[in-house]
Amino acid sequence: MKYVIIGNGIASIGAIEGIRRVDPEGTIMVIGAEDAPAYGRPLISYLLAGKVDPDRLALRPQEFYDSNKVELKLGTVVTAVDTGSKTLTTTQGESIEYEHLLIATGGTPFTPEISGAEGEDVYNFTNIDQARKLIERAKDMKRAVVIGGGLIGLKAGEALFDRGVDVSIVEQSGRILSLAFDEYAAKLAGERLDEVGLQVQTGVTVKEIQHGKDGRVVGVYLTDGAFLPTEAVVIAIGVVPNFDLARDAGLDVDLGIVVDDHMRTSASDVYAAGDVAQALDLLAGDNRILPVWPNAYNQGFCAGKNMAGQDVAYSGGLSMNSISFYGLPTISVGTVNPPEDDSGYEIVTTLDERKRSYRKLVFHHQRLVGYVLVGDIDKAGMYTAFVKFRLEVGDEDRDRLKAGDPDVLMWPDEFFRKTWNPDSEAPSA
Amino acid sequence: MKRVYPDKEYCIGCHLCELACMTAHSESKDLIIAYREERGKEGLSPRKRVFEKGSVCVAISCRHCDEPSCVAACISGGLYKDPETGRTVYDEDKCVGCWSCLMACPYGAIRRHPVKGKIVKCDLCNGREEGPACVQACPNQALKFEER
Ligand SMILES: Cc1cc2nc3c(=O)[nH]c(=O)nc-3n(C[C@H](O)[C@H](O)[C@H](O)COP(=O)(O)OP(=O)(O)OC[C@H]3O[C@@H](n4cnc5c(N)ncnc54)[C@H](O)[C@@H]3O)c2cc1C
Repeated sequence: MKYVIIGNGIASIGAIEGIRRVDPEGTIMVIGAEDAPAYGRPLISYLLAGKVDPDRLALRPQEFYDSNKVELKLGTVVTAVDTGSKTLTTTQGESIEYEHLLIATGGTPFTPEISGAEGEDVYNFTNIDQARKLIERAKDMKRAVVIGGGLIGLKAGEALFDRGVDVSIVEQSGRILSLAFDEYAAKLAGERLDEVGLQVQTGVTVKEIQHGKDGRVVGVYLTDGAFLPTEAVVIAIGVVPNFDLARDAGLDVDLGIVVDDHMRTSASDVYAAGDVAQALDLLAGDNRILPVWPNAYNQGFCAGKNMAGQDVAYSGGLSMNSISFYGLPTISVGTVNPPEDDSGYEIVTTLDERKRSYRKLVFHHQRLVGYVLVGDIDKAGMYTAFVKFRLEVGDEDRDRLKAGDPDVLMWPDEFFRKTWNPDSEAPSA
Repeated sequence: MKRVYPDKEYCIGCHLCELACMTAHSESKDLIIAYREERGKEGLSPRKRVFEKGSVCVAISCRHCDEPSCVAACISGGLYKDPETGRTVYDEDKCVGCWSCLMACPYGAIRRHPVKGKIVKCDLCNGREEGPACVQACPNQALKFEER
């Protein structure tokens, strides 16, 4: 095989599309552990909520794989990579040779040390299989406890609630959504959930999951001593990079698989992309794990092009999230909680409690480096431009951004022309 | 591929492109009905947006980028590149209204449909014989549909 991709998520799709931009013919094989066509992982909360048809989950039609001549090996786990002989071993006992390899193994659910976390009625919420089990379970269950008040926990809670289950969400830290949002945005989202009837408790978590004699969950003990009766526990704290395979193969691993600016790992002809990779963070300027969807696609795409022989550097990822809570849309991009002791940052917030609309802009010297929008999100993209293209903003423009009025005419002339009205040559990105 | 290129030196900010866009994407294909009825009832809205700053203005819409941020951000497979035409295509049936594309597109070319919980984006008037309606309607040739 010319190209082999381990993992069948969005980074993998990005890679196929990247490879095919450069090499229309070279053989591609994708090996995926999950026995399902590549699907929108974030869609599992929509699936659980009953908002999307199970047959609508595939990200690309079968025709995509046919026309791109991709051989799919699903329900197959790669157990070892030998970078010397350039071969892989799978659970089916096959040995597969590669010329160029991409490791896009994503994340594995993080399970905290809680006694009783192993066993029946305890779920994690990271794949379609878990979502399907929860859909079945929700039919005869009245109460569930969700551990984790981040994006995934809240979406899991919301979806179960939509299935008629009484949901309690517990979050260890002082507030929900502490990573992607600031206090006010989190408060608005929290109020929305509260209004609908989800119970959210912060500053506490589950200390112990109690199973009955038959092994079924009966309740949880919280760190504040309280006991919550429940029939199921969903652990939704997030994922950690799934790099065991890479580490065992002798690749450099830090918090994730270490890659250079071409998505190359420390072994020759081996690349990594997506949630498993520690790649360039556009704003920080160094390599980090930014486990969000768009970055996974972009890294895969960049890796794919490089695997096929083009020389393209990864432009760097941005952390970004767009999530709605019962119809209340929220978006957060870039640096939203800057260090408090750095006077180079200016934070400007506008809150309209009545309209449930909130805007937070974070400037670092002459640049916008992040923002949060709740409610009124329509100008998000225009703000993203300033963060992503690192455009300098003068005083007048800064005032307009602060007034909620960003637009393309504020862009530097030359950049504007090249983007919108170039002389020849089609614009790229 | 042919794309729509806006020229701010010529744009007079008349918004006729927006009206033409709405008409082309309406049921009735009639400007008055589109504007007075379909806009209010069905949330028909233009895929273009006119920006003004002092006396300068420009009408923008989806650039059909070669490597679009919206496609990278789409969690449902509702946005993708058509390898044949090069267009950035939108499949409303697959869209779940998560607004990731709206956040990721730095060109502000995607908006929310006012009632549907879906997005609205330029499709280059897919299949329209005379080409994109906005270009045809522009009274000052500030929009060009060409290969560059
Ligand atoms: C519930 C939920 C909601 C989310 N919502 C959002 C959101 O709204 N926006 C956003 O930006 N991000 C969201 N994320 C994060 C997003 O889903 C990830 O960033 C993205 O899926 C990463 O893609 P990936 O291709 O790197 O990895 P993954 O999607 O994790 O895919 C990796 C695949 O590799 C397979 N694999 C692993 N090891 C092997 C092996 N040894 N052999 C074969 N196959 C293997 C795995 O089974 C898996 O299918 C969400 C995540 C979850 C769980």
